[in-house]
Amino acid sequence: MTLSATINGALRKFPAWPLYISAAAYTAWEFWRAVTQQGPYLVEPINVLERTYGEIALILLVAGLLVTPLRQWTGVNLIKFRRAIGLCAFFFVLAHFLVFAVLDVQSLGRVWTETVKRPYVTVGMLAFVLLIPLAVTSNNLAIRKMGAAAWRQLHKLSYVAVILGVLHYLWLSRGFQVEPLIYLVLSIGLVALRYRHVTWRRQAA
Amino acid sequence: MAYRWKNTLTHADITPKAAYLNRRQILAGTAGLGAIGLVPRGADAQTGLAPNTLEEIRSYNNFYEFGTGKGDPAANAHQLVTSPWSIKVDGMVDRPGDYALGDLLAGLTVEDRIYRFRCVEAWSMVIPWNGIELADILNKVGVQSGARYVAFETVVQPENMIGVQRRVLDFPYIEGLRLDEAMHPLTIMATGIYGEPIANQNGAPIRLVVPWKYGFKSIKSIVRITLTDQEPPISWNIANAREYGFYSNVNPNVDHPRWSQATERRIGGGLFAARQDTLMFNGYPEVAPLYEGMDLSVFI
Repeated sequence: MTLSATINGALRKFPAWPLYISAAAYTAWEFWRAVTQQGPYLVEPINVLERTYGEIALILLVAGLLVTPLRQWTGVNLIKFRRAIGLCAFFFVLAHFLVFAVLDVQSLGRVWTETVKRPYVTVGMLAFVLLIPLAVTSNNLAIRKMGAAAWRQLHKLSYVAVILGVLHYLWLSRGFQVEPLIYLVLSIGLVALRYRHVTWRRQAA
Repeated sequence: MAYRWKNTLTHADITPKAAYLNRRQILAGTAGLGAIGLVPRGADAQTGLAPNTLEEIRSYNNFYEFGTGKGDPAANAHQLVTSPWSIKVDGMVDRPGDYALGDLLAGLTVEDRIYRFRCVEAWSMVIPWNGIELADILNKVGVQSGARYVAFETVVQPENMIGVQRRVLDFPYIEGLRLDEAMHPLTIMATGIYGEPIANQNGAPIRLVVPWKYGFKSIKSIVRITLTDQEPPISWNIANAREYGFYSNVNPNVDHPRWSQATERRIGGGLFAARQDTLMFNGYPEVAPLYEGMDLSVFI
């Protein structure tokens, strides 16, 4: 038995639902630390909480893009966790947005002004909006109703959303910073892989 | 000639050491005292200037030489070597030279100045500085008549500065003021906070404080002061001219392209702190005459 088969066999025993519980618990835990101003939340909890949710969202979005290439290259199959990864990513984006709207800028009027006036907020908000239909259709019923092909087509929006999310991060960084560039290379690389793969298959066919 | 600017706050407004060291200790240990009004927390509400705790002041910083995270300077700045320290004074001065820090400041008066401090990122603190009026230092070295600007430079110790190794900005960090801004009695060179030597992450051993400008103008850990007749280049303007101008006066009516500057969040209010309105010139209207006839939406 190959290593990937062993891993896949072991993974079969694990259900996906603990990911949702973990994400909810993590969200609540960080919020509690921010309320009580522990650790990194000691001085400026609002900004730090906003960043914490935003970064974990970005990590999960990139992780979601990794699932397919990982299977193609190594045979390790995480596909049954992908919906949970994507939905949790969306929940963190939502939490990120709520901290921004309610705790940071503190008014709907200002959410609107910021969205219109600041390009980095505009692209972040656009990514958030693009993710909404994906979150709503991340269930078996939606796949059945839409048909697999249309569903797959719709969920390609995630490529755009991830890259916009990374752009949002890149744009709000001051000076030359490495982390946003790592996300940029990863996300563009992972999206480009999809299209290279498509052309390659067409040529082979 | 010190004491040309009158603090509206007095020495009694400076929070006693026991109180500023760790506010949570106080919350935990002296909750009863608080109830009967014995916990000293800086100035009262009528001035609105309750200084932040030393813990807050020392743990939430921008000092990109030590990393871009707000906690990075506190984590990394211990590597800064601050002794011995000398400052090169050059350009259009009567007595240029490399001054040992002690020699440059000898005979000058250190004052307490409780100032609002407003970051360009729309957060703010209130900081009880100990410092010397920059004008006193400049007068000591003798400013020549043609000089119109003062340029400053931060130390570079590449092996001790992770942000310099990563080239976050084009270091050394440089800043500048117009001479009349530099000579204004509000402008100080700070050497302490709360009566203690200034922490490395706050710009040890000596830094500029210009309370009516965004915080990045208040350059830290200064090793060079140059008098010149040309407007000096400044680091953030070089990095991004559209976003950071030479003047960078706190101005609620002119937004930073990426942030509204109309409001700010005072550090220390916790997760549910309300934003507050940003004041023109950060609440120091006495500097307005410096900019008479200038369109401050153009000269950002």
